[in-house]
Amino acid sequence: MADDARDNDDRKHPTAEEVALSARFKRLGERLGTLDRGRASGSQPGAPQASDPSAIARGFRLSVELVAGVLVGAGIGWLLDWWLGISPWGMIVFLLLGFAAGVLNVMRAAGVVRPNRLDRTD
Amino acid sequence: MDPIHQFEIKNFFVLARIGGHDIAFTNSALYMVLALGIVSLLMIGATSSRALVPGRMQSIAELSYEFVANTLRSSAGSEGMKFFPLVFTLFMFILAVNLLGMVPYTFTVTSHLIITVSLALLVFLTVIVYGLWRNGLHFFKLFVPSGIPIYILPLVTFIEVLSFISRPISHSVRLFANILAGHITLKVFAAFITMLGAAGFLGWIGAVLPLALTVALTALEFLVAFLQAYVFAILTCIYLNDAIHPGH
Repeated sequence: MADDARDNDDRKHPTAEEVALSARFKRLGERLGTLDRGRASGSQPGAPQASDPSAIARGFRLSVELVAGVLVGAGIGWLLDWWLGISPWGMIVFLLLGFAAGVLNVMRAAGVVRPNRLDRTD
Repeated sequence: MDPIHQFEIKNFFVLARIGGHDIAFTNSALYMVLALGIVSLLMIGATSSRALVPGRMQSIAELSYEFVANTLRSSAGSEGMKFFPLVFTLFMFILAVNLLGMVPYTFTVTSHLIITVSLALLVFLTVIVYGLWRNGLHFFKLFVPSGIPIYILPLVTFIEVLSFISRPISHSVRLFANILAGHITLKVFAAFITMLGAAGFLGWIGAVLPLALTVALTALEFLVAFLQAYVFAILTCIYLNDAIHPGH
């Protein structure tokens, strides 16, 4: 009750100092609001940070993907040459196909191409 | 001074003879058992108190659970959680083995291609078997992208198949190569210190450079040890996601 009474009293007789102080509080609040908004729009919560392990992980992923595709192509080509005696055609064709698969791997790892999903083909 | 010497396999004792081959208990097996013991001790020992407010060890166990569970949920969905034991075991095993290898005079299990290939093939075969069991022949639609003109469809399908086959290779070689190359680099630079140190006073001054680099590389190797375990786990999640039919 005592607080209420004092509040009413203050509201009835605001001094010049208090008016200036409340105006400063208001300005400060507005500035803080714009700062918060700027921070919110500047970086989304899901945006990768410099120290984000998944960003470094993505970098590590890229390094081997291309080589793996080329290796698989070369291996299959070499095996076909060996079994069917069609050297060098198996190697030539499958090395190029393997290179294409490696590029596909890299693009998928980098997120340029959408990952292959079963739900997409439905 | 031989930087490859640290990867040598030593037979401790012969367990059995199968088909004329000795199945020996090697130093590699010893460190795998050690890693298994450390992980088991950490997980079982830390969670035995079941405190509502976790202690230090229980915090480690809970954090590692949360970390792997979040990774799995974000890349394979909540349905992927049935593979949580597999992914968590792979992550903790590789992490423990990598970190054990960072202790001087120890052996690094993941620096051998045969280990990483077996782990990668385990994931690869799990994806194929579970995908076929779950989706039947529908699983092969994974190789047939939609919205492709019919005249280049065979070529694209073929490239998709090659890309799929290359998965276990990139999966295993990445872990193996990073660990192997890191340990060799560390050994080579550490050897420079002793070589320069033997060259007299000027050599001692020059040895400061490789010493500084060795310290920096050791820190980098700890990062790589964790990151490679993480990369292996996250790729496992991504591959498992192909086997699980999302949506519906």
